[in-house]
Amino acid sequence: METAKSLRVRVWRGGESGYWAEYAVAARDNQTVLDVVTEIQRRHEPSLAYRFACRVGVCGSCAMTVNGQPRWTCRTHVRKVVHDGQLTIEPLRNLPRIKDLVCDLEPFIDTWQRAGAIFQGRSDRNDPPQKVDPESISRKQADAALQCINCGVCYSACDVVYWNRRYLGPAALNRVWTLLNDERHSEHQGTFNKAFSRDGCSSCHSHGNCARFCPVELSPASSIAGLKKMAFRGYKARLAHE
Amino acid sequence: MNEQALFVVQRISAAMLAPMVLVHLALILIAVEGGLSAEEILSRTRDNVGWALFYGVFVVSAAAHAPIGIRNILREWTRLGWKAIDGLAMVVCATLLVLGMSAVIAVF
Repeated sequence: METAKSLRVRVWRGGESGYWAEYAVAARDNQTVLDVVTEIQRRHEPSLAYRFACRVGVCGSCAMTVNGQPRWTCRTHVRKVVHDGQLTIEPLRNLPRIKDLVCDLEPFIDTWQRAGAIFQGRSDRNDPPQKVDPESISRKQADAALQCINCGVCYSACDVVYWNRRYLGPAALNRVWTLLNDERHSEHQGTFNKAFSRDGCSSCHSHGNCARFCPVELSPASSIAGLKKMAFRGYKARLAHE
Repeated sequence: MNEQALFVVQRISAAMLAPMVLVHLALILIAVEGGLSAEEILSRTRDNVGWALFYGVFVVSAAAHAPIGIRNILREWTRLGWKAIDGLAMVVCATLLVLGMSAVIAVF
């Protein structure tokens, strides 16, 4: 149901340099921030660039910075974030801006490569499936950190990434944690060494912004804390213990 | 020394410094009670192996802990490369060691 009220929406236009454009958008009872952006593009500014795909919180491609905080715009109701009838929408922080609300995710994807966050199996298609005990401690730790869909919200929320763009960041290190707890992974030591390389997990300040803003409620901060604990125990010793 | 070793050294040195700083602060408060003079300080520290060991370990811990932290700060707040950062950290480490150990030896 439409009301007479309207929202004042400030939207970033341009790339790294640009300007704030302000639009008046009708305020509705049920309205997500993605609805607002779509309405601006359809009714006010056809050249506005933004990303979305699923619109239901599955793909993560609509992540943007809303009133200073990184969010999936499709899962963010306007009434939960609007402040004095105003919304400010800009691209995710810590990533190069391409155009308007679209940022370049390449540096974020690169961190996964640099962190060694790539599964290397021990067996091939001729081997029987490896049995994994779902009740083992390592499997439970891996399970708690799965479900990341690579949206970049934690990377955008991370202050350490803001200070040091070479830092591997929470998402890649969270993935490393799942691999190091996966007994099917064959490159444990190599993955661990990459995660603990310069600008790796020891750069984390444990602020916890990654966990605070993760839309699927993962805690990369806890995963990174787990990696740091491994540094003390010695990774080889830990494997021998298990 | 690799990042893993530096991380472990920084955490262990922090764990050592935390109680030592408290002992140091308590000592300052107690020492000032009876008036603070060079004679009074030297009478407490001269030939006292216990205090020499305590402050020797204190200096080594601080000299290990501070440069690793400074290294991170330089990485985050400057555009310096790792070579320059590691060099500066080594200078800080050496300075703290020399100044600290000189002070410990001077009052022993």
